[in-house]
Amino acid sequence: MVRNFLLLVFLTPLLAFAHEMHLDHAPINPSDNASLQRGAKYFVNYCLNCHSANYMRYNRLTDIGLNDKQILENFVFSEGKVGDLMKVNMNPNASKVWFGVAPPDLSVITRARSSEAGSGADWVYTYLRSFYRDPTRPTGWNNTTYPNVAMPHVLWELQGEQELKAHPVRMEGYEATEEKPALVKPGQLSPVEYDQVIVDLVNYLSYMAEPTAKSRKNTGIVVLTFLFLMVGLTYALKKEFWKDVH
Amino acid sequence: MAAKKKEPVVIEGAGPLNAPIGGLLTWVDQRFPLMSIWKDHLSEYYAPKNFNFWYFFGALSLVVLMLQIVTGIFLVMHYKPSAAEAFASVEYIMRDVPGGWLIRYLHSTGASAFFVVVYLHMFRGLMYGSYRAPRELIWIFGMIIYLCLMAEAFFGYLLPWGQMSYWGAQVIVNLFDALPIIGPDLSTWIRGDFVVSDATLNRFFAFHVIAIPMALLGLVAAHILALHEVGSNNPDGVEIKAKLDDKGHPLDGIPFHPYYTIKDIFGLSVFATVFSVILFFLPEMGGYFLEYNNFIPADPLKTPTHIAPVWYFTPFYSILRATTEDFMWALRVGVVAYAGLILFTSRGCLSKILTLLLAPVILLAMGVIEAKVWGVVLMGVSTLIFFLMPWLDKSPVRSIRYKGRLSHIALTIFVIVFLTLGFYGTQPVTAAGTLISQIGTLIYFSFFLLMPWYTQMETTHPVPDRVTS
Amino acid sequence: MAEHKPDSARRTVLLAATSVAGGMAAAATAFYPFVNSMLPSERAKAAGAPIEADISKLAPGERMTVEWRGKPVWVVRRTPEMLDVLKKNADRVADPESSKVQQPKYATNSLRSIKPEYLVLVGICTHLGCSPVEKFVVQSEPFSSDWKGGFYCPCHGSLFDLAGRVYKNKPAPSNLMVPPHRFLSENKILIGEDEKGA
Repeated sequence: MVRNFLLLVFLTPLLAFAHEMHLDHAPINPSDNASLQRGAKYFVNYCLNCHSANYMRYNRLTDIGLNDKQILENFVFSEGKVGDLMKVNMNPNASKVWFGVAPPDLSVITRARSSEAGSGADWVYTYLRSFYRDPTRPTGWNNTTYPNVAMPHVLWELQGEQELKAHPVRMEGYEATEEKPALVKPGQLSPVEYDQVIVDLVNYLSYMAEPTAKSRKNTGIVVLTFLFLMVGLTYALKKEFWKDVH
Repeated sequence: MAAKKKEPVVIEGAGPLNAPIGGLLTWVDQRFPLMSIWKDHLSEYYAPKNFNFWYFFGALSLVVLMLQIVTGIFLVMHYKPSAAEAFASVEYIMRDVPGGWLIRYLHSTGASAFFVVVYLHMFRGLMYGSYRAPRELIWIFGMIIYLCLMAEAFFGYLLPWGQMSYWGAQVIVNLFDALPIIGPDLSTWIRGDFVVSDATLNRFFAFHVIAIPMALLGLVAAHILALHEVGSNNPDGVEIKAKLDDKGHPLDGIPFHPYYTIKDIFGLSVFATVFSVILFFLPEMGGYFLEYNNFIPADPLKTPTHIAPVWYFTPFYSILRATTEDFMWALRVGVVAYAGLILFTSRGCLSKILTLLLAPVILLAMGVIEAKVWGVVLMGVSTLIFFLMPWLDKSPVRSIRYKGRLSHIALTIFVIVFLTLGFYGTQPVTAAGTLISQIGTLIYFSFFLLMPWYTQMETTHPVPDRVTS
Repeated sequence: MAEHKPDSARRTVLLAATSVAGGMAAAATAFYPFVNSMLPSERAKAAGAPIEADISKLAPGERMTVEWRGKPVWVVRRTPEMLDVLKKNADRVADPESSKVQQPKYATNSLRSIKPEYLVLVGICTHLGCSPVEKFVVQSEPFSSDWKGGFYCPCHGSLFDLAGRVYKNKPAPSNLMVPPHRFLSENKILIGEDEKGA
C-alpha cells in the first residue's frame, strides 16, 4: 500500500502529463442495443472473473433488450438467479495478494473515471487500448494511460502485443519524440475489430454506470414540455392579476 | 370563559361549496387563529409593489428547503448510515428502488440549487441594504440560516461515503486540529474516532437528518416572522409604511396574496425549468454538483490526487489555502494599516483605545501562532463577517440605486473576487492561483472592513419619497 | 394601487387552468418518485423470486416447509385416507368448495390442489397472521373431540382441515391461502409462479 502510494506520488507529474495528452474519444452509442448486448457478453466473459459489479443485477439487462431466459442462459453463472447481483467469486484478499490491489468494482467505473480530460468512457476506451509489453513489470504488461497498472492485459489474445515505439512529435519550436504503444505481434482480431470490441465493452460499462440514464432523459423531456406550458400559463396569470397594480 | 367572538368566515368563488367551506373555516377559526395568520402573512401583508427579479429567491429558498426535506425523508427510508453499507445503499437507491434515482438526483441537485438561490438572495440583501435598521435581526437570522445550511451540506456530503465525502470530511474536521491546546482532542471528539469512520458517519447522519433540519425550520420561521414584523425592503430602499392611504395601508404596498403568491408561482415555474434541465440532463453538472471521485467508495488508505470541496464552499476554502507563512506579512501590514486608518480618522475615543489595545495583541498573536491556524480563523471570519453588515454600512441611503460610485465599485469588485476565489478553490494549488487567492482574500476583507469609510465618503443620490416603478 | 375592474372571466379560466396543471404536477411528483419508492425494490423482488421445492424425499402423510417471500409455505403429501376424510368433512368447514377467491384457478376445488396428493399452502392463519401448527393425527384433541387431522392455530384456536379449509365458527374468516405454484417435473414444484399463460 505504502509502495503504491509512493509510486502515485512520484508519478503524479506523469499523470498530469497524461491528462494533457488527451484521451481518445469513445464512439459509443447508448441506444445501440446490439452493441450493448455484445458489450455485456464481453464484460461477463472477460471482466467479471476478477472485477465485480456489485450494484448491478443480471435481470436489469432487460433494459438493453434481453429477456430473463436469455439472461439466465447466457450471462448468469450456473446456480445463479436472474435477480442476482453481478458478484465475483474471487476473494478480494486473495486478489490483493495476486495483483497488489483488489480489482475495483466496475459498477460505476465510467462515472468515477470522468475528468476534465474526457468522459469516463473515453478514459476506459483509451486505457484498454494502451497496454504494452514491459518486462520490468510483474505482469509483463504496462499501460500508457494508467502507468504501472497492476492489471495484466486480459484481452491480449484478441489485440496482440504492443510495444512502446518512439514517435516524432512536433512541439512548438523544437522536435521531440514521444513513446507510444505500437502493435508488434497481431492478435486474433484486426486493430479495427479490436477497437470495436472495446467500443462495445465501454458502451456497456457506461450503460451499467447509470442504467436509469435513458429513463432519466425521457422523463426529462416530458417534465420540460410540461414546465414550458406551466411557465406560459403562470406568466399569463401573473400578467392578468398584475393589471390591478400597474 | 367564552371564546372571543369572531366574525364568521365568508368565502367566495367556490360556488355551491361556499357555505360548507365557510362554515368549516369558521369552526376552525373560532378555535385556532387561522384567519389572522392568513391575513397577517398573506392576504393583508402589504409588500412593496416594486419587487424585481431579485425578490424571487427568498420564496425559492423556502421551496428548495421543502424539497430537500421531502426528498430527504424518502432517501432515509433506503439509505444505510454505516461505513460498510452507505456507498452500496446509495447505488441501491439509484438502481433498485423504484423512482429512487429521481429522488436522489432531486436531493443532490437541490443541495446545489439551495446555495445558488441563497447566494442570490444574500446578494439581493447586499444590493438593496436589506440588512439596515430596522431589519438587522432579519439579516442575522438569515446569516444563522446560512451557517446552518453550510453545516447541513457538510454533514450531508459525508453520507454517500465516496472518496470526496471521506477526504473532505477528514480535511474539514482536521481544521479544528489547528486550534491551540484543545485542537487535537476536539477533532477526535468530533469524529468519535482517530480517523473519519463509521462512528463519524453515524453522528453526521444524526446531525444531517434531525438536528440541523429542526434548527433550520425554527430559524426560517423566525426569519419570516421578523420580516413580517417590520415589513419588506424594496429595490429603492424606501420605507413604504411612511405613506399610507386612507385605510391605513401603504400607498406603495400590495397584498402579498394574490399578487406575490402568483408572481412567485411564475418564478417557481421558471426555476423548476432550469432545475429540471440540470437534473435530467446534467445531474453531475460537469463534476461540480456530483464530484467524479465520489463514485469511488471511501478508502481510508488512499487520498485522491486532487480533492476540492463542493463549489459552494470554495470561496472560503480559497481563503484557507491562501493563508501561507508569507501571506502573514501581508496580513500584518494590513492590520497596521487598518489600525492607522482608525486612529487617524475615527472621532470616537473608545474606538481609538480599543484599536490601540487590540492591534498589538493581534500582531503579537500573529507572531506566536502558526499560519495554519490563521487560515482557519480567516476562513471562519470570512463567513461570520457578514453578520456585521448592518453596522458596517454607514451610508445615508439603503439601496445601491442611490449610493455613490465607491459603493458600486466595491460591490462589483466583491462579486468578482467572490467568484474568483470560488473558482480557484476548485482548482489544484498553483503558484499563480495562490497569489490570486491571496490578493482576493485581501480585497474580500477590505470590502467589509473599509465599508464604514467608503459609504460615508461618497456622494449619494437623492432618494425619492415613493417607490419608483 | 389603482382600482381596475378585473377581467374576471379570463382570470377565472387562467386560475382554474393553473390549478389543474399545478395539481397534476403535484400528483405526478408525489406518485412517480415518492409513492413508488415505497414499493418493493428490485432487491426485495429478487429475494421474493419464485423458489423451487424438491418433493422427491417427501413421504406420504408428511409436510415440508419452504420459505417464499419470508413466509412459510407448506407442501403436504396427502395419503388416500387423508383425502377420504376430506370428502366427508365438507359439512364441517365454512367454504368447502373454496369458492372465495383465495387460490389460483387451478386450485379452486374441494381438495385445493393441482394434484390431489400434493397440497401447497401459505402457512399463515387468515385471522391475524400466526402460523398454525400441524395436527395430522386423527384423535381426540382438547380443541375438538373428534379431530380428523389438519392444522390448529395456537393463537386464537382456528382449525383447518388438510385442504387448508377453515372450520365453521372459528375466528379465521377464510381458508388458508394457496400460493401460485406449478409442477416443473414429477419431483419439483416452483412456488411463486403460475403456469405460463395461466
